[in-house]
Amino acid sequence: MSDMNQQMAARYKNNFLKEVEAQVEMGEWVKMCMQCGVCAGSCPTNFHPGWEHPPQEIFMMIRAGKREEVLTSPSMWMCTSCYNCYVRCPRKLPITHIMHGLAEYAYQLGVAPKFQPTQHLSKTFWDNCTKTGRVNEVKLTQTLYFRDGLMAGIKQGLAMKDVALGLVKAKRLNLMEALGFGHKCKDIKGIHAMLAKARELEAKRKGRQPA
Amino acid sequence: MARKEYAFYPGCSSQKGASASNYLTSVESMCKTLDIKMTEIPDWNCCGASISYAEAGELPRHVMNARNFALAEQNLPGQDILATCAACWLGARESKERLEHSDVLMADTNEALKEAGLNIKVIPEVRHMVEVLIEDLGYDELKKPVKKPLEGMKFAGYVGCQTNRPFGIHGESFENPVYLDKLIETVGGEAVPYDQKVTCCGGALAFSEPDKAQAQIRDIIESAYDNGAEMIVTPCPLCQANVEVYQGSINKKYGTKFNIPVLYYSQLMTLAYGGSAKEAALDGNVIRARKLEEFAGR
Amino acid sequence: MADMKTAAYICKGCELGTRLDAAALVKTATKEGKMHLVREHDFLCSAEGVAMIQNDIDNEGVTHAAICACSRRAKTEAFNFPTTAISRGNLREGVIWVRPDTDEARETTQEMAEDYVRMACAEVKAMTQPKGNPNTGGVKTLLVVGGGISGMTAALEAARAGYKVVLVEKTGALGGWTAKLHKRIPTREPFKSPEDNGIADLIAQIEADANIKVYLNATLAKTAGAPGRFKVDIAVESGPTATEDVGAIVQATGFTPYDMNKLPHLGGGQANVVDQAGLEALARAANGGPIKRADGKEVKSVVFVQCAGQRDTTGEHLQYCSGHCCNTSIKQAMYFKDGNPDIDTVVLYTDLRTPGNGEDFYRSAQNKGVIFSKGAVSRVESAGGGCKVKFKDLILNEETEAEADLVVLATGMVPTSGPDLDALAEATRVAEGGDEAAKEQVIQLRSKSVLNLEYRQGPDIPQFKHGFNDSHFICFPYETRRTAIYAAGPVRRPMDTAQAVEDATGAAMKAIQAMENAGLGRAAHPRAGDLSFPTARLEGCTQCKRCTVECPFGAIDEDERRFPLFNESRCRRCGTCMGACPVRVISFENYSVNTVGAQIKAVDIPDEFSEKPRILILACENDAYPALDMAAMNRYEYSAFVRAIPVRCLGSVNTIWITDALNSGFDGVMLMGCKHGEEYQCHFVKGSELGRYRMSKVYDTLKGMNLEEQRLMDLEVAITDIETLPQRINDYAAKIVEMGMSPFKGL
Repeated sequence: MSDMNQQMAARYKNNFLKEVEAQVEMGEWVKMCMQCGVCAGSCPTNFHPGWEHPPQEIFMMIRAGKREEVLTSPSMWMCTSCYNCYVRCPRKLPITHIMHGLAEYAYQLGVAPKFQPTQHLSKTFWDNCTKTGRVNEVKLTQTLYFRDGLMAGIKQGLAMKDVALGLVKAKRLNLMEALGFGHKCKDIKGIHAMLAKARELEAKRKGRQPA
Repeated sequence: MARKEYAFYPGCSSQKGASASNYLTSVESMCKTLDIKMTEIPDWNCCGASISYAEAGELPRHVMNARNFALAEQNLPGQDILATCAACWLGARESKERLEHSDVLMADTNEALKEAGLNIKVIPEVRHMVEVLIEDLGYDELKKPVKKPLEGMKFAGYVGCQTNRPFGIHGESFENPVYLDKLIETVGGEAVPYDQKVTCCGGALAFSEPDKAQAQIRDIIESAYDNGAEMIVTPCPLCQANVEVYQGSINKKYGTKFNIPVLYYSQLMTLAYGGSAKEAALDGNVIRARKLEEFAGR
Repeated sequence: MADMKTAAYICKGCELGTRLDAAALVKTATKEGKMHLVREHDFLCSAEGVAMIQNDIDNEGVTHAAICACSRRAKTEAFNFPTTAISRGNLREGVIWVRPDTDEARETTQEMAEDYVRMACAEVKAMTQPKGNPNTGGVKTLLVVGGGISGMTAALEAARAGYKVVLVEKTGALGGWTAKLHKRIPTREPFKSPEDNGIADLIAQIEADANIKVYLNATLAKTAGAPGRFKVDIAVESGPTATEDVGAIVQATGFTPYDMNKLPHLGGGQANVVDQAGLEALARAANGGPIKRADGKEVKSVVFVQCAGQRDTTGEHLQYCSGHCCNTSIKQAMYFKDGNPDIDTVVLYTDLRTPGNGEDFYRSAQNKGVIFSKGAVSRVESAGGGCKVKFKDLILNEETEAEADLVVLATGMVPTSGPDLDALAEATRVAEGGDEAAKEQVIQLRSKSVLNLEYRQGPDIPQFKHGFNDSHFICFPYETRRTAIYAAGPVRRPMDTAQAVEDATGAAMKAIQAMENAGLGRAAHPRAGDLSFPTARLEGCTQCKRCTVECPFGAIDEDERRFPLFNESRCRRCGTCMGACPVRVISFENYSVNTVGAQIKAVDIPDEFSEKPRILILACENDAYPALDMAAMNRYEYSAFVRAIPVRCLGSVNTIWITDALNSGFDGVMLMGCKHGEEYQCHFVKGSELGRYRMSKVYDTLKGMNLEEQRLMDLEVAITDIETLPQRINDYAAKIVEMGMSPFKGL
């Protein structure tokens, strides 16, 4: 267990529901689930294998205090942000945000599944867009492909070669961006200072160790 | 003076050379005809999109959007923010809603903004291009400039997720929104009914979980084909890209022979208003819409 | 009848005049109907037409009138002549609206109309106009049995409406179960917290009301008489028996909680396990402070087990849901959470159902931190200083357990509804043979009686499902099968206090109606206002007792000579007695073996070479006949071979009508009645069932007559069968044509 993970478990005396309510974005809604299962039936990724626990089960596990099982679950990472569960929930739980919030919390505690591709994407995306204030699509793609090392990156790059070529031909992928050209904000410094402050304030408000 | 003015938030994918640059081109052509003036928010930044949730946390995401609000408020006072990208619109609207409902978040946000020399008093309204077209102009006004109706062409209006949920277009149902069909009909096309209109394309998971996302995309395209659509139309850059660019991969994986063009509503409108293929940015489609290219040349 | 003067009126409005040959109808009424006076009119239900009839009554001395126009269910206000016997020939809904307006159809349509004119003339001559008996009893005092929230509400509602009330409570205080509640489920916005049980206020209102007389520590020793003239002996503990005259009764005797000792696997009987009533007692003892167990330990964790011994599929425990228990557990969990949010409160449920505004209450409990887990509890064991609850988590699909200082079982309601009359009747039958055990059982069963009715059919209200004193599940809440006796509150069906208050109010209103009707000699629901009543020609009676046994309402007792003794104001006028009577001595003034028999005989039967079969329809007036009318309004066509006669209930159909019809050359008979059995739709509860049972015996007669079984057709018809009914009639007519004509023509 990471330091912060241990610290949090101790702080909430193993009352995982309380911990979720305090730490997870929209976590205070978890107790309001009435176990109807509409979310599970509405999730597009539920049609595919690999989906371990639908939101309904995640909520039940939180109430049952299954802290480790929930935080290490790959399920939340399956969310495509389609908001279908969110709009259909008869209890109006913001399920999409709770799923994101749980994933975020697990990730910050360092207990989320390792090498989870969507987790990697999330970090890559955020780092990419906050570096200059705007997304650099070529670098984003490169970073994603080379996650597992040079060879894997080349392989995946080859697999996606046709996709990339199509976009280049259609003038929708500018390879010059890879060289540092492309779009960026003017006040990058201000953005970085602003984000640093935001991180500091959030850590303070949630009582988490400063990153 | 133009009849409508907005603080324009193009978003990263719409920029020149980016994945939705053809969207921007066609939107500009369409707005020119409709006399809508869009002034870009100076030095706008990325909204963070939905996918950044794990790395970003809560406040930093809101702060990113808040910076755009502050810049719009400061430079383009009194104007609604207008986004063309579904994810930009959703991210910004979500931040607006959260900040307006939480004094704590709002105070923290302003404290962070101070680091960039900014602050927010009133958050402007955040509108999607489609909302502006329907609510501020209306279908009748959108029909008036139609010079070349897209007669005899069948489109599957693919609404997808983020212009539809959780906020949606006012008065539309989440399960069967009809605004896109009505836009298609407004420019003279035929909107075919099919049952995957609001199915998710996989969103950002098209990168991280390609197999799962492509299975969803396959269902959408298959349903459009089965119901007689010749082309797919969408209001969202990520939907457009996902449904268009993976058709080759899907064909390899599933043995299908998909080759269906995926367009933006703004491209159809530009053409119906008499615009050229270039003005409609038809050259920006990876799967070329030959039928529309011929139509534009007529 | 010497002074009978008959008249027939032929209406030509609503296209009757153009579709039919009115002159021929006039001729039919005169020549064959043998009416003294026959008139036609262009618009009979107009003020002018009605005035014409009224003039004939006033100045021509018309006593019996056959109005041949629309259905008897139409224009009832226009054709209302209280002193004159009226029959209705249904030429509109019964003929022209169900027939095509074509040249080919004209002849058969006209034949149909002429038959209905003949039938109306024959019927009215067999009728007398009922005058009603105003001397059946005019007492307007309401008896309320049970002083809980239902009984007190019924008493107050009746008193506020200006009626005197006698309220009998078996314990020493008013209030019932509700008085034992620490608080009750909220009844007002925002439905977020338990509220005061409200009983002190109700008792104060009762005590302040001069119209209400209260007997405490009292039970009913005997209830004799009938609506409007009940005589009740009230046994008062340590005091003389009082006698009260009452006009109607509301039985609000409530429930007892299901005995948790029957649930040892759920910990019933263990020290730290209580039922919901037990938890109320603990909460009252705590009086707002921390809730403590019987051993004095403060409760820090509590588990509620829903559906304990309820919705049971093994047949061992209650099979039904008691409706209130989910909300009650939510409320009780709040007793803990409102006092101390750190107390762990878990509700284990399989399906949480929160009627009324309980959904808001449920959400409020979730907001307060009550944990709801979908789980099926298998065992409750004592462990450490408390309990261990073993359950299967139905969402996570795993066996798990929870520990708690206290376990609360939601055990459900058992109605205080008196003995099961069928069991009592059977025990009585066996006991009469000298069986000692049966005698003991009779005594034991009778000791459970609430009302001690002096009725031929037993001392209490019949039970419907699961021992509740309900009668009919859709159309008639509060109604029981004993006229002017209404069940209210959890004795009728499981319910919470808010529903009991509504129920009691409704029952009080129905009881008032019943008293008023009894005073005027009028029937209660569903033939509300009917002034006819059955009489028996006793000189022909064979004392077979079928009428006294079959009456669905226990209206008929037996006198000392074992003849039927009709208690008019208990009667609902369904005619089941009339249908049951093998010697046909029972009749109503305006509905009898003759009024229907005469119509059957009046139908003109074409000879067997005519290719025009005749099919008799006997249609229940509550569902089937309205369905026929509505089919006609929609212009759904059906065969011209049928002749329909409405009957009060399938139960009133006497088998003689069937045999007479077939003997006189009818080719088929269709019976149309309501659904019977457990999910019955019969307006007289048992009527259609008894009627059908009787008809099943007719098949033997058919065999005797050498006729095919299919000549008699029993159809179950609901009022909604508007579209399908014409098709079923046509199918049957086709079948009859295929079968060929009856050999009994012209005999």
